[in-house]
Amino acid sequence: MKAAVVQFPGSNCDRDMAVGFRHAGFDASLVWHKETALPEGVDVVGVPGGFSYGDYLRCGAIAAQSPIMRAVKDFAAKGGHVLGVCNGFQVLCETQMLPGVLMRNAGLKFVCRSEPLEVATADSPFTNDYSAGQGIDVPIAHHDGNYQIDDEGLTALRSEDRIAFTYRDNPNGSRADIAGVLSANRRVLGMMPHPERAIEDAQGGADGASLFAALAGALVAA
Amino acid sequence: MKATVTVMLKQGVLDPQGEAVKSALGSMGFEGVGGVRQGKVIELDLADGTSEAQVTEMCEKLLANTVIESYRVEMGA
Repeated sequence: MKAAVVQFPGSNCDRDMAVGFRHAGFDASLVWHKETALPEGVDVVGVPGGFSYGDYLRCGAIAAQSPIMRAVKDFAAKGGHVLGVCNGFQVLCETQMLPGVLMRNAGLKFVCRSEPLEVATADSPFTNDYSAGQGIDVPIAHHDGNYQIDDEGLTALRSEDRIAFTYRDNPNGSRADIAGVLSANRRVLGMMPHPERAIEDAQGGADGASLFAALAGALVAA
Repeated sequence: MKATVTVMLKQGVLDPQGEAVKSALGSMGFEGVGGVRQGKVIELDLADGTSEAQVTEMCEKLLANTVIESYRVEMGA
């Protein structure tokens, strides 16, 4: 199984995400944003956290227009699996691979702490090692994680069971406490919390490891 | 030639930064500030002959996120 993690100028969780994939048995490589194609035979693409292009214009807006993101968009359109975390979630929203938008935290502060989440659906290749309603602790670290979507979009997310994770103690003003959402085909996940920062007990908790393990299981079965 | 693009959050979209500025103005003693909305102004230096339609396309594709933002284009001399 091969994973590719995209590196933008300003990414800072790229190597952590690669480690997360490797822990679950993936052969993970890093791909520079100026590349126009993904490595041959990639099964999953990671879009990592950080501050791509200094968050200029809007978080993720310039990264969304980079050459590699065109390749990632094509990859997803063909049914490829994509995981976007934090800034990666912002990039996936800016490319419109996921609906909605991430705005400045309602409290205006950068929030960095371990956050209690609820697994909202276990029906996805990312979350099927959890059970729906399960509580997990995953670190967050963001200034712009306030997820907003219009009424119509929210209704669609709910009726299609595409909300992956919710916050138990909403830290940023996100609509409907949303912490992560899935694409219509359930193969693209964007989330503000950092599962790659919770893969072994030495990090203070390992609740994120199951996400990478689930993905590995889904791709082996496929 | 120049063009000026003004990007603002759409009406109805909460603007936490504008709210913070409003609150600061109030605490400084400025009375009667009923609301503050914060946006951005982008000045473009363009090749002669660039059309307003091209600038609009720039807005749609990059300069504004039309999910939450509206934009206004002013073509200058």
